[in-house]
Amino acid sequence: MGETLADNVIYRNVYAFVEGALGPDWAWAAYAAGGLAIILLVANGVMAIGTGYTWFERRLLGRFQGRLGPNRAGPFGLFQPIADAIKLISKEDIIALGADKVVFTLAPVVMLAPTILVLAVIPFGSGSWLADLNVAALYIAAVSGIATIAVMMAGYASPNSFSLFGSMRAVAMLVSYEVPLVMALLGVTILAQSMSLVDIVEAQALPFLIVTPLGALVFLAAVSAELNRAPFDVTEAESELVAGYMTEYSGMKYGVFMLAEFTNTVVAGAIFAALFLQGWKWAVLPSHLWFLIKVGGFVFVAVWVRATLPRFRLDQILSAAWKYLFPLSLLNAMLLAAEVIIWPERGAAELGIMAAVNWAVSVPAALLWSRAVSLRSAPPTLAALSPRAFSGAAGRARQAPGGEAAPDSAARSAGTEGG
Amino acid sequence: MYGAGILRGLGVTLRNLARRPFTIQYPEERVPQHPRFRGQEFTWYEQRCTGCASCAKYCPLGIIRIVTDPDGGNEQDGGSYKVDVFDIDQARCMYCGLCVEACPYDALHMGSGFEAATLRREDLVINVDMLKAREKRPSTWFRPQLERAKADPHHGDPVEWREAGREPFPWHPKRPAQTPEEMDHRASADGSYRSER
Amino acid sequence: MTLRTEPVVVNVGPHHPSTHGVFRMKLTFDGENIIDAEPVIGYLHRGTEKLAEERQYTQVITLTDRLDYVSSMTNNQAYVLSCERLVGIEPPARGKYLRVIAAELQRVASHLIGVGFFLQELGVFGGTALMYAFRERERILDMFEMLCGARITLSYMRIGGVLQDAPEEFWPSLRSFLDDMPGYADEMQALVFESEIVRARAIGVAPVSAEDAVAASFTGPILRASGVAWDWRKAAPYDVYDQVEFEVPTCEGGDNYDRFWVRMQEVRQSLRIIEQCCAQIEPGPVRATMAMLFRPPPGEAYVPIEAPKGELGFYLVSDGSIAPYRCHVRSPSFMSLTLFREMLVGWKLADAIVTLGSLDFNMGEVDR
Ligand code: SF4
Ligand code: SF4
Repeated sequence: MGETLADNVIYRNVYAFVEGALGPDWAWAAYAAGGLAIILLVANGVMAIGTGYTWFERRLLGRFQGRLGPNRAGPFGLFQPIADAIKLISKEDIIALGADKVVFTLAPVVMLAPTILVLAVIPFGSGSWLADLNVAALYIAAVSGIATIAVMMAGYASPNSFSLFGSMRAVAMLVSYEVPLVMALLGVTILAQSMSLVDIVEAQALPFLIVTPLGALVFLAAVSAELNRAPFDVTEAESELVAGYMTEYSGMKYGVFMLAEFTNTVVAGAIFAALFLQGWKWAVLPSHLWFLIKVGGFVFVAVWVRATLPRFRLDQILSAAWKYLFPLSLLNAMLLAAEVIIWPERGAAELGIMAAVNWAVSVPAALLWSRAVSLRSAPPTLAALSPRAFSGAAGRARQAPGGEAAPDSAARSAGTEGG
Repeated sequence: MYGAGILRGLGVTLRNLARRPFTIQYPEERVPQHPRFRGQEFTWYEQRCTGCASCAKYCPLGIIRIVTDPDGGNEQDGGSYKVDVFDIDQARCMYCGLCVEACPYDALHMGSGFEAATLRREDLVINVDMLKAREKRPSTWFRPQLERAKADPHHGDPVEWREAGREPFPWHPKRPAQTPEEMDHRASADGSYRSER
Repeated sequence: MTLRTEPVVVNVGPHHPSTHGVFRMKLTFDGENIIDAEPVIGYLHRGTEKLAEERQYTQVITLTDRLDYVSSMTNNQAYVLSCERLVGIEPPARGKYLRVIAAELQRVASHLIGVGFFLQELGVFGGTALMYAFRERERILDMFEMLCGARITLSYMRIGGVLQDAPEEFWPSLRSFLDDMPGYADEMQALVFESEIVRARAIGVAPVSAEDAVAASFTGPILRASGVAWDWRKAAPYDVYDQVEFEVPTCEGGDNYDRFWVRMQEVRQSLRIIEQCCAQIEPGPVRATMAMLFRPPPGEAYVPIEAPKGELGFYLVSDGSIAPYRCHVRSPSFMSLTLFREMLVGWKLADAIVTLGSLDFNMGEVDR
């Protein structure tokens, strides 16, 4: 363990200043002031990184697509986020007629809240964390669920069908993906025998990405769904829903949504780095920088996937969550639990053996299971409901070579919440 | 294997990440244009124009307005009309080039620009004075003689009216193989311009 | 307990990212499922057919550029072929070869855009494949610029041939394009057609049987995707299509995936045709007549061609004057929308968007 909060330079100085000014009776105020100073620093710092990340994502996405991306404002377009912010702030703040004003205004704020709250438990470098919470994993799962409410609020408050569609999709999807997310966190928790992110990082003699590949896969899928990122970005789905739940937003309200979204990606990268990539450890560079590089690797992959993969349909996403990711994450958790009983001491060697076992089990399991679960589309079953006579033109499904057209009625009925 | 296709797709995008971007950063760079590009800024040679108004007639939109004046009374034996008004309403022009194709005397040529944006529509109307004053950089579109002479509106020199003529075209049986001097039906024997009176 | 639900009517379009121009779908939803669909067209109506009646035959060529603005070249071709039959002239051989080369380049460009939009509509941000498609299309447009000075509104073909011969630099750039394109087509295929997500999203979605496709007057790739090997280039060869060898790719399923797959295969066949044309073309005149004014004898003519989107033809009636008495456009895009409702009902909103893209219609041609 490195330094603790009391050793932090900023904290110490602010504490000493306030205590000196007000006297030792006001130690609690000094404590609060010191804490606030660090919170301000971390929250604003991460938001600044999130803002800068918008530039990174757009540039990189552009290069993936043979474009340059934003390159007008400043060198390499580096000031683009600032230009965007100025533009968004100076735009008229429109609240659509018929919108629920209070909820409509509140939604972006609620959207941003979990992003900042999660920062509390993330270890940014050796000894750099706001709180070494002993239930950090649980805290992350709980807090990130708030975003669902924000999306729901935005969709409910906007007088727009597309917004409603987007928010309904979001609720169905996010609620489903909480389960594999928590199961993936459970696997890591079992392995590290602790829910504290600091302990989890300390426990990684080998990166957990290698030790528990299945857990990492499930976590990645679940986290992309939580973040509305490709290939699970049905909530915004710009080719279908224009902008999903954000359709009616403009000006800085929209900006806050986007800020939350982009910052979320960075924060998710930080969580992934802490959970699966040894956090700040294995450092040849200063630990903060090393951590940042790992986060950068995560967001690079995220952008890469966004540039390549189309999105699933909502029912396929729900099928994937319940039929594919959930069983696999269960398998993963049980496997890890058994291994933890067999090897109570977990140094690098034991983790290596566990990794070998896990890879040997999980790769065939994932492949076999993917054969059993079909995401192929079934012919429509709603033809009979159609108000006009249905000619049956679309009724003959093709038997795809190799793939069986399995009717996934569970997923089908899950998509009928729009009324 | 399930996922193999996804991995191949990821490979394709990664390969393209290494390639150079293909977009052009417009105000600084421009797409290299072929000399045949047909664009704005018509090139018009008053020395060649007879005022026949074929161009006006063949314009699908009827946006060329020509008003002519009898020019000394010798129209019967090869003289020409004096062109008083030659308005091309570029605001409606679609640069189809039919006017240029129709011009029997190679007086009208396409230009090569594409940046004639103005603040008012009226400013887009090209009149005869502008046409006269303009630097003569004709596009080689439908002008094989310019193409043979390697004329280039972007990099080459301006083309003089004598060089802009063409070989005898099949529909001109009465005017076989003219030299540019002969083509200049306005030039008097001593080479001075009658239209400059 | 049963929940009482009400259908929701949503207007997708006329201003929507995925409706390919100003097209409006009136979709009735039960949850995410479409239970009724109604196409509303006419937002881009410019009265092309009526305008054609007031223009000389040559002037109408400029109007055809603006029908399906993604493939102006084939529009020109269809129109001048009808005119030539009406007037009764035959273009010289080199002119015909140039026409076929230009038309096949246009087919490649159009299909590239079509396939690129597939990924865009499936939800890749910015449609990565679409950007790659634009990159290749740019080279085709450069070649068009060499041919006729324009990139989109080409007006390259004339009654009795083509406007002018290709310049020298056209042939090397065509050569290098033909050399590079198969590799890019492979890349495109790997990116678009092999992804498991695409296969899960598109295979089996909105299938159209062969009988239905024929009954609905489908033509072009969407007909061939249903398994009917019908191609005007084979059925009634125009220009020099009887001189070249090529196959007509077909599929069985008639679903969204197949409709795009057929287009991808047609790109390769088009490259084959261009190769053969380059080998066969010989020097000579490109235009039978330099005339711009025609007075065809009274009568009528209709020459269908295989445009990238299907059968395109101009039905021209002449009354002996310099302008057509009547000009009717048989546009493939308009016919593609006949099964709109049947294809969409029962599927989800996300499928509807892809289905719409798989029809690859163009509002400039639908509304005319
Ligand atoms: S280019 Fe076409 S539209 Fe423009 S003036 Fe000439 S004929 Fe008319
Ligand atoms: S520009 Fe050509 S077509 Fe037009 S009036 Fe002059 S000579 Fe005639």
